[in-house]
Amino acid sequence: MGDTMISLRHVAKRFPGTRTPAVRDLSLDVDRGETVVLVGPSGCGKTTTMKMINRLIEPTSGTIEVDGTDVMAQDPVRLRRGMGYVIQSIGLMPHRTVAQNIATVPRLEGWDDARIDRRVRELAATLRLDEELLDRYPAELSGGQRQRVGVARALAVDPPVMLMDEPFAAVDPIVRAVLQDQFLDIQRRLRKTIVFVTHDIDEAIKMADRIAILNLGGVLEQHAPPEEILREPANAFVEEFVGAERGLKRLALIKVSEIDVDEGPVVSPEDDAEKARALIRDGGFGWVSVLEDGELLGWVDEAMLEGKARVSDATPRRFSAYVTAEDSLRQALDSIVTSRTNVAVVVTEGQRYRGILTLERVSREIVS
Amino acid sequence: MGPEDSERHRDMSEPGFFSEVVEWFADPLHWEGSFGVPSRLVEHLIMSGVSVLAASILALPVGMYIGHSRRLETLVVSVANLGRAIPSFGLIFLAVLVMGLGLDFPASLRPAALFALTLLAIPPILTNTYVGIQGVDPDTLEAARGMGLTEGQVLRGLELPLAAPLIMGGIRTAAVQVVATATLAAVIGGGGLGRFILDGFATGDDAQIFAGALLVALLAVLTEVSLGLLQRAVSPRTSPGRRREVPEPTPVAGPAA
Ligand SMILES: Nc1ncnc2c1ncn2[C@@H]1O[C@H](COP(=O)(O)OP(=O)(O)O)[C@@H](O)[C@H]1O
Ligand SMILES: [Mg+2]
Repeated sequence: MGDTMISLRHVAKRFPGTRTPAVRDLSLDVDRGETVVLVGPSGCGKTTTMKMINRLIEPTSGTIEVDGTDVMAQDPVRLRRGMGYVIQSIGLMPHRTVAQNIATVPRLEGWDDARIDRRVRELAATLRLDEELLDRYPAELSGGQRQRVGVARALAVDPPVMLMDEPFAAVDPIVRAVLQDQFLDIQRRLRKTIVFVTHDIDEAIKMADRIAILNLGGVLEQHAPPEEILREPANAFVEEFVGAERGLKRLALIKVSEIDVDEGPVVSPEDDAEKARALIRDGGFGWVSVLEDGELLGWVDEAMLEGKARVSDATPRRFSAYVTAEDSLRQALDSIVTSRTNVAVVVTEGQRYRGILTLERVSREIVS
Repeated sequence: MGPEDSERHRDMSEPGFFSEVVEWFADPLHWEGSFGVPSRLVEHLIMSGVSVLAASILALPVGMYIGHSRRLETLVVSVANLGRAIPSFGLIFLAVLVMGLGLDFPASLRPAALFALTLLAIPPILTNTYVGIQGVDPDTLEAARGMGLTEGQVLRGLELPLAAPLIMGGIRTAAVQVVATATLAAVIGGGGLGRFILDGFATGDDAQIFAGALLVALLAVLTEVSLGLLQRAVSPRTSPGRRREVPEPTPVAGPAA
């Protein structure tokens, strides 16, 4: 990170015959291996900005460099072959099979058949496309399958840069979530430099390393990691655009592992019931967790210890829900408000006890 | 109708007429030599083929250029409207006035006839080529350019294959019109199946007039059917085992707004 892959300097675009420029004066950097999501209201110039990077639209003024070279100094065809390009409608060639569509750029680049075949199968596996789909035509695919083929085609020659314009906007929310997760998974391995356009702030928060929030005329209002945009919206426009539930959205970005959890009241089965009773009274929860060598057995309250000498004489009840270190604080919050004990119990793999999260603890993260 | 007329032109529904036509076809003399059916048919085919070919050579590149670049689109509309407005009959005589009868050319290659027929064939080919190419899904084109296809690759790999059924449909429409209209070449002394009709009129041989008309109609239908098959053959597959729907040739008044 840190070294710039795509850099826009004072870029402007005025379409002939229009009064106001689509993009007025935009400067923006995208680091190598980073996903920058351009987000903003419809017509604010996201698509125009993205298309200036691969010269489908030529800027009126300003410079755009990709990997240190001015795009206007390069042959547009060569420039585009080095950038994957995915649009909302995908635009598969209807008279070519899925395999032929994926193989478009490799074939133009003169790869031999064996290499193309290997690559197509590899990409099908990466995108979880059934191999039997490879001989089908685009008209026979579902929406989600078409988007996957579009992404596979864009990745075919393994370009370092990907330009994606609302790539998942055309599918239903459930399929979209699956495609987003899958793409994040792929991106974690491939580390492409990605410019991703969307009008959906939630998608931006989910996909971005950094979000660039644009206003009409391509005015850059804020360029920062999602967490920062949610925590400190730069101005009223950003705050408005990010919308309601800003705190909740932020919690979704923070993992349980990133904050300190409270230890919570714990006893072991060997402890006196009296000690447990004292903890129950003083701890303020009305129960204690029972741990045996760090493993969580469950919880007990005073009623369950009634007439018992040792904790082990009572039968601990299991917690109805747990969260793990990999879960988000938003999931922890959900666990807190829905559990009978009003805390989220944090465990690692194999039911090792980590601690508890309370509403107070989580809300401290919202305000901080 | 006066008595002379009824003597000269007989009613087709008359009982003996059908057998006379059959006799005309059965007469071996009508199948021999340069005035026989085979020679006239060949003349008709050459005349029509050359005209459609010439029209294709002129109209295909122009239609491709306009459809691909979206420049000069009004030209397509003008040509289409002009094609509708000018009667082919008048065009042939106009051509004779300008070029003469061209009697030293072979009967199937009289310049005036070829000129008129070529002009007749241009509008459907030009219109359909343009419509087919400009009708390719803009998102498919954008994705293709975005992946780094050159303009030539876009035209060859995308626009032409996808427009092929419509282009072929234009050629089919043109060919059928030309085959039917080539009959008029006889009027200016050219060859083709029209000679049977014209000579039939001259000699009052109604059976021969009918035979000639029947041959022209048959040839037109045959052209329609065979080019229809060819149109099907050039339609790209968009699903396994099934070819793309073959669109009917659409005479278009102008480019979509
Ligand atoms: N080819 C074009 N000609 C004229 N105006 C255009 C063209 N493309 C986009 N615009 C205008 O530029 C502005 C930005 O468009 P666009 O980049 O597509 O917005 P977004 O992708 O953010 O919705 C809009 O006002 C749009 O109408
Ligand atoms: Mg857009």
